[in-house]
Amino acid sequence: MTRRRSALYIAAEVLTPLLIVIGVLIFTNGSAGFYFPPLQDVLVAFQRNWLFDRFGTDILPSLGRLFAGYLIAVVLGVALGVLLGHVRWLRRQMSPIIEFLRAIPPPALLPFTIIAIGVDSSAKIALIAFICIWPVLLNTMDGIAGIEPTIKDTGIVYRIRGRDSLLFVELRAASPQIFAGMRTALPLALILMVISEMVASTNGIGYFVIQSQRTFAIADMWSGIVLLGVLGYLLNLIFTLIERRALSWYLGARATTR
Amino acid sequence: MLKLAGISKRYGSAETGTLAVKDLTFEIDDREVVTIVGPSGCGKTTVLKLMAGLLRPTEGTIELDGVPVTRPPEQIALVFQDYSASLYPWMKVADNVAFPLRRKKLSRADRDARVSRALSSVGLADFADRYPWQLSGGMQQRVAIARGLAYQPRILLMDEPFGALDAQTRADLEDLVLRVREEFDVTIIFVTHDIDESVYLADRVLVMGPRPTFIDVDLAVDLPSPRDQIVTKDTPEFSHLRAEVYRRIKASSLAMAAAGTAPEPH
Repeated sequence: MTRRRSALYIAAEVLTPLLIVIGVLIFTNGSAGFYFPPLQDVLVAFQRNWLFDRFGTDILPSLGRLFAGYLIAVVLGVALGVLLGHVRWLRRQMSPIIEFLRAIPPPALLPFTIIAIGVDSSAKIALIAFICIWPVLLNTMDGIAGIEPTIKDTGIVYRIRGRDSLLFVELRAASPQIFAGMRTALPLALILMVISEMVASTNGIGYFVIQSQRTFAIADMWSGIVLLGVLGYLLNLIFTLIERRALSWYLGARATTR
Repeated sequence: MLKLAGISKRYGSAETGTLAVKDLTFEIDDREVVTIVGPSGCGKTTVLKLMAGLLRPTEGTIELDGVPVTRPPEQIALVFQDYSASLYPWMKVADNVAFPLRRKKLSRADRDARVSRALSSVGLADFADRYPWQLSGGMQQRVAIARGLAYQPRILLMDEPFGALDAQTRADLEDLVLRVREEFDVTIIFVTHDIDESVYLADRVLVMGPRPTFIDVDLAVDLPSPRDQIVTKDTPEFSHLRAEVYRRIKASSLAMAAAGTAPEPH
């Protein structure tokens, strides 16, 4: 029964996107609309542009900025989150400031980063890092501050201190929250990558999309949009695989207590 | 020898705080099994945490072999009541037991030997590669006991370790405690609110009075060893001791109820 049902689900999972693609194909071929070129034109443009003509010139720079910004955000966010998670008075002092900085709509900072850092990759990386750090920081802070008193007491009694305590107890205990923050930050990184490349840029996928639009190469523009969708999907998939591996203990423990 | 002299513990400020322990003085000899029993909310756990160095007394001194205890000493291990929170769910059973040994500068072989000896002593040699949450509650508490034993403390403190377990598992683990006491030659200080357990395990029972806690009676238990769940508990001596502890606790509970003392939060 359950087996049959799961087979049905998988069939639906494959079938639904397939039907949608066919629908798009029919719709775009039927309409002679300028803004919706036939799907096959978009796919031809996709193959021409991304496999692998512009891989080195646009995809790689984009991914480089994305990962650099994201990694900086994760490292700094976790480090500051651990600090604030430990020191209650500092947490109290800082939380209004953090809430304020976090509330700034990300693109609003673009003019600032351009004027302050310039138009090269480092400005884009800084913007991505600045936006992605907040969910990581706040979740890490909550995770560290919320560690069970018994876990702490166990560490004290068995004289587990310093690096051992940080790496093998605190960060592990807070890792479900840290991962939740990283998961929230991931799509932000992609969004900021695209936006930053659409303004004052000379390469990257976002640059390609806006440039195609400006030159009325609509099929090329759509090929870039499709690529961004695929990238977002793949990034999420990779993240989920890593998360499942790192948090297998957490998922297992949660499943048994339920 | 663990020596507490004139220990008081106050939570909160001097004017408004609550006095949990007042002027507590007692000694515990090496290789003794001492149980601490008292009405619920009397401050038993506070006393244990003071001995473990997790809390600092407001007044008085705690000495271990003449050395003042100001922070958790290396010779003391503690088994917590809440085993599921005290074991690290991200570590396998063997890693949980081995983890406190990291600071002890042992060779890898020494460390592994200690871990496997402790795990076999508690009957979990075959479960080293499991995660704690894959085990039953009783088995998890065995892991916590193994972790304490592998640490090779002089004193093993136990804070109501079997409070959350069913009667049969509890009886098995009581016998396990007595067995490992012989095997590892440790002093055991065991906090419980179970009167039978307090008499069955002990060489000496300390019955605590109502808050602020003091020692109501210090009772020597001269039951023959080895103890047996059926035979020992069937003797008139056991019944007599049990009745004596019960009388004291009941009087304390009544006194606490009359004074309107709220139970201490856990």
